Amino acid sequence: MNVAAVITRGDMNTAASGLKPDGPVIDARGLSLVFQTSDGPVHALSDIDLTVQRGEFVSFIGPSGCGKTTLLRVIADLEQPTSGTITVNSVSPEEARRKRAYGYVFQAAALYPWRTIAANISLPLEVMGVPKAERAALIEKNLALVNLTGFGKKYPWQLSGGMQQRASIARALSFDPDMLLMDEPFGALDEIVRDHLNEQLLKLWAKTRKTVIFVTHSIPEAVFLSTKIVVMSPRPGRIHEIIDCDLGPDRPLEIRETPAFLKIAHRVREGLRLGHSYEQ
Amino acid sequence: MTFLRDKFFPVTTVLIIIVALWYLLAIFLNAPFERDQAARANTTISTDQLIANTMHQERPVLPAPHQVAEEIRKTVFDIRPTSKRSLLYHGWVTLSSTLLGFVMGSLLGVLLAVGIVHSRTLDKSLMPWIIASQTIPILAIAPMIIVVLNAVGLTGLLPKAMISTYLSFFPVAVGMVKGLRSPEIMHLDLMRTYNASASQIFWKLRWPAALPYLFTSMKIAVAISLVGAIVGELPTGAVAGLGARLLAGSYYGQTVQIWAALIAASLMAAVLVSLVGLAAHLVNRRMGARAEGARP
Repeated sequence: MNVAAVITRGDMNTAASGLKPDGPVIDARGLSLVFQTSDGPVHALSDIDLTVQRGEFVSFIGPSGCGKTTLLRVIADLEQPTSGTITVNSVSPEEARRKRAYGYVFQAAALYPWRTIAANISLPLEVMGVPKAERAALIEKNLALVNLTGFGKKYPWQLSGGMQQRASIARALSFDPDMLLMDEPFGALDEIVRDHLNEQLLKLWAKTRKTVIFVTHSIPEAVFLSTKIVVMSPRPGRIHEIIDCDLGPDRPLEIRETPAFLKIAHRVREGLRLGHSYEQ
Repeated sequence: MTFLRDKFFPVTTVLIIIVALWYLLAIFLNAPFERDQAARANTTISTDQLIANTMHQERPVLPAPHQVAEEIRKTVFDIRPTSKRSLLYHGWVTLSSTLLGFVMGSLLGVLLAVGIVHSRTLDKSLMPWIIASQTIPILAIAPMIIVVLNAVGLTGLLPKAMISTYLSFFPVAVGMVKGLRSPEIMHLDLMRTYNASASQIFWKLRWPAALPYLFTSMKIAVAISLVGAIVGELPTGAVAGLGARLLAGSYYGQTVQIWAALIAASLMAAVLVSLVGLAAHLVNRRMGARAEGARP
C-alpha cells in the first residue's frame, strides 16, 4: 500500500482534527474474549462497551488480570475477541492495523539491539517503504520530539531505561499514526523518571493532538495524563466505571496537590476498590 | 598489554605444560624399545643414554615434539609445495575439500533452518531426519558416499566435500533454527503492528537476531568439516590429503609422519575456527554489541 499517502493523510487529520468528526476512533459493543487454557476458560474480557473520540487521552486502569492490556491488544489486532463487535477508525481492527492506524509502545522499550537509536526509529519507515531521503528528516524530527537529538548514533544499551522508552515512543510516532497505544510504557521506570516522562508525554499530546490510549496501574499517572479514565476490574475482566478527568489541557506536575486532582484520584481509588471487593 | 595478560600468557603456559608432558610421555613410552635393544646386545645402558636415545628413534612409539617439528619443517619448507611429499600439498588438498564442504554445509543448514522456522510441516517432518542423520557413524557412511558417488562418475574433491557437508550442516541447521526463533514476542508483535510482510520480518528481525547463533554453529561446523575431509580421504585409496598421509604413515609405521599430519590438521582447525571467530567479532561490532561477548 502507499505509505507516503498514509503519512500525508495522518498530517491532514492532525491539522483538521477539529473539522472532521467522522465518528468515534474506537467503538466497542459487548466485546468479550475468552482464552482457552489447560485450567479451563479464562474470561479476559467480558461485555466491554467503550467509545473513544478523536483526540482523547484515555487511560485503562485496574489491578493485574483485569484485561487492560488484553483490551489494548484487541484494539491493536494483536488478540482476537471471541464475541461482540469493535471498530477502529470505523473499520475492523485488522483493517486499521493494515492501514497503520496506530503506533504501539510496549512495556519494555523493545528496541532492536543491533540497530542504533536512529535505525530503530527508521524501522517502521523502512517497513512501510518511506524513501531514504525522507527517512532522515523524519528520524531527526521525532528524536527532537522526545528530546533525544544527538543520540541517534548510540546503540540502545548505551542509553538509560527512560531514554530507551523515549526512543521507543519516537519510533511509534515516526510514521505519524493517528493513534498512540501505550501499554504501561513507564511501568519499569523509577518515579522521578516517570514524572518527567509523564510531563513530556502531556506536552507531546498537546502538540500532536493524537488519540492516546494508555494502560497503567498507577492512579496519579492516570489522573495526571487522561481526559477519561476507564476503571477495570478482574475475573472476569470488565469495565467497572468510566470517569471523566476534566483538569484542562495545561497540567503542571503541581496539579497533583490540588483538590480537583485529589477528588478524581479518590473516585478512581474508590472505583478500583469496589470493583475488587467481591473477591474478599 | 591486556593481550599479553589475557591471551598470550595463559595460552603459552598451557602449551609449555603440554610439551613438557609430551616429552615425559615420549621417554616413558620409547624406553622399553631401548632397554630391549640393550638387552639383545648384551650391554647395559645408562639412564642418561637411555633418555637421549628415546629422543631420536627412527620409529618411536611416541615421537618427541622436536622430531615432529623437524618433520613438519622439512615437509613444509624443504620440499616443493607441488611435490607429493610436501605437507603443504596434502594440507591444501584437505583444506580445499574442507572449505567446499563447509560452505555447502552452512548453506544447506541455513536453508533447512529457514524452511523449518517458516513451515510447520517441515518442522515436523524434517527435524527428526536431521537428528537421525547424525546418529549414523560417519566412518560407516563415508566409504558408502565415496563408492556411490564414484559409481555415478563423481570423483576427486566433491565426494570428500560431501562428507564434510554431511557433518557440518547439522550444527548450522540446529543453531539457526534456534537463532531464527530467538526474537522476543514483543519484537515480533512490533513487526505485526507495522503490518510487515514475512520477508521483512525475516530480513529485519529474524536474520539479524540469528547471526550470533550462526557464527557459533559455524565454528563447530568448520572444525567438523575438517574431520569429515580427513575421514573422507581414508577410504579413497590414500592418494592425497592429510587423511591419506595418516593412512600411509600407519601402513609403513612412520609415526613421525603421522604425528606431523595430526599436528598440521589441528593447526589448520585452530586457524579455521579463529577465522570464523574473527568474522563473528567483526559482524558483532558492526551490530553494536558491547566490546566483549555481549551477545550469545
